[in-house]
Amino acid sequence: MLEISPAEWTAILLSLRVAVVATLVATPFGVALAWLLARKDFWGKSVLDAVVHLPLVLPPVVTGYLLLLTFGRRGLVGGFLADNLGIVFAFRWTGAALACGVMAFPLLVRPMRLSIEAIDRRLEQAAETLGAAPWKVFFTVTLPLALPGVLAGMVLGFAKAIGEFGATITFVSNIPGETQTISSAIYSLIQTPDGDAAAGRLVIVSIVLAIGALIAAEWFARRATQRLHGN
Amino acid sequence: MLRVDVEKQLGEFSLHASFTGEGRVIGLFGASGAGKSSLVNMIAGLLRPDRGTIVIDGETVDDTAAGIHVPTWRRRIGYVFQDARLFPHLSVAQNLDYGRRMNGLAPDPAQHKRIIDLLDIGALLDRRPGKLSGGERQRVALGRALLSKPRLLLLDEPLGALDEARKLEILPYLVRLRDEANVPMVYVSHDAAELRQLATQIVMLKQGRVTSFGGVKVLT
Repeated sequence: MLEISPAEWTAILLSLRVAVVATLVATPFGVALAWLLARKDFWGKSVLDAVVHLPLVLPPVVTGYLLLLTFGRRGLVGGFLADNLGIVFAFRWTGAALACGVMAFPLLVRPMRLSIEAIDRRLEQAAETLGAAPWKVFFTVTLPLALPGVLAGMVLGFAKAIGEFGATITFVSNIPGETQTISSAIYSLIQTPDGDAAAGRLVIVSIVLAIGALIAAEWFARRATQRLHGN
Repeated sequence: MLRVDVEKQLGEFSLHASFTGEGRVIGLFGASGAGKSSLVNMIAGLLRPDRGTIVIDGETVDDTAAGIHVPTWRRRIGYVFQDARLFPHLSVAQNLDYGRRMNGLAPDPAQHKRIIDLLDIGALLDRRPGKLSGGERQRVALGRALLSKPRLLLLDEPLGALDEARKLEILPYLVRLRDEANVPMVYVSHDAAELRQLATQIVMLKQGRVTSFGGVKVLT
């Protein structure tokens, strides 16, 4: 009953690969955006903020369809990337990573932004008076102090990415071994007679991963408070 | 040498101050709200004057007419804040070393040891700022600023957050600094007694204007 079959392993490993790649690629963008939203005032800031949060409130199938229109073979960006750089997203695991990254992005950015906002700007001023150029201030003061929040954002983003379903299946379909993640595998299994046991095993795997991520995020948040108080 | 001639409008408050400091410790004296901190922040480059010039050690760091505004990190100043502002994620030793690393200066063990001895902070090096007392924190902040080898040290009410006993604990260190560290200072305070002990020259500020200027005698 609890024996995981090779086909299920394939789905689990693919999910992990998709979520890890999505998280790692999204993180630098997430940190940059979090810093921008926390520290800068510029024209169009609230629009940018809304766009980032859009995947959170749009129906996932809509996000997936928009990705298909943009990054599909005949999409504006997808066609350009395929013809010039040989990068194809449509019906590939890379497309699944893109969909998961986009869906996870608002969750990933939020803790990062909050932790940057919580940093005392006067510490950054002190760093400047000691001769640190702005980019050095960022890497020696801002980022280290925000690190627990950055990690918490990565964990939450990863948890979202590993469970993403709607946008992924719309954009890259449900191809075993290429784009069939845990979620789409469960979806297929519960529509198959005798699929219940296999679906059950994957459900348990999902729950374990999700709870693990929540515990990790909580732990990082607690580290953040300790760090800011200098103990 | 420090030459300041600046104007700045901050809401309802207007600051218009002009003075030339030659002494070893220029005491900036005035009640709270007189514009002392704004003035020091302009010297540090954290605040930009609306009009005027600031010259530190012969280098023009602000000249609004010529469009010059040297950013804080290139001014080679040291700044000791009322609230120390030590980096909480770094140990005391790392805090002390920060300015040297950021300015790309070679290690100078003799200077390092001299300042640590002068401020009596050798026993604190492995600690985190969160585990220090207020007086210890302020001594480390002084050391951190000095070790970045500034050409001018700004001190904005460095004793302001301490109780009487702690003030008396730090004051002798400041006197030693003045006599031994060889760095000109701008010392901001609303406490005439403090300035009488430390300053060699006084700039008195009242509601954004310099009302008197001269030796320590002007405090009476």
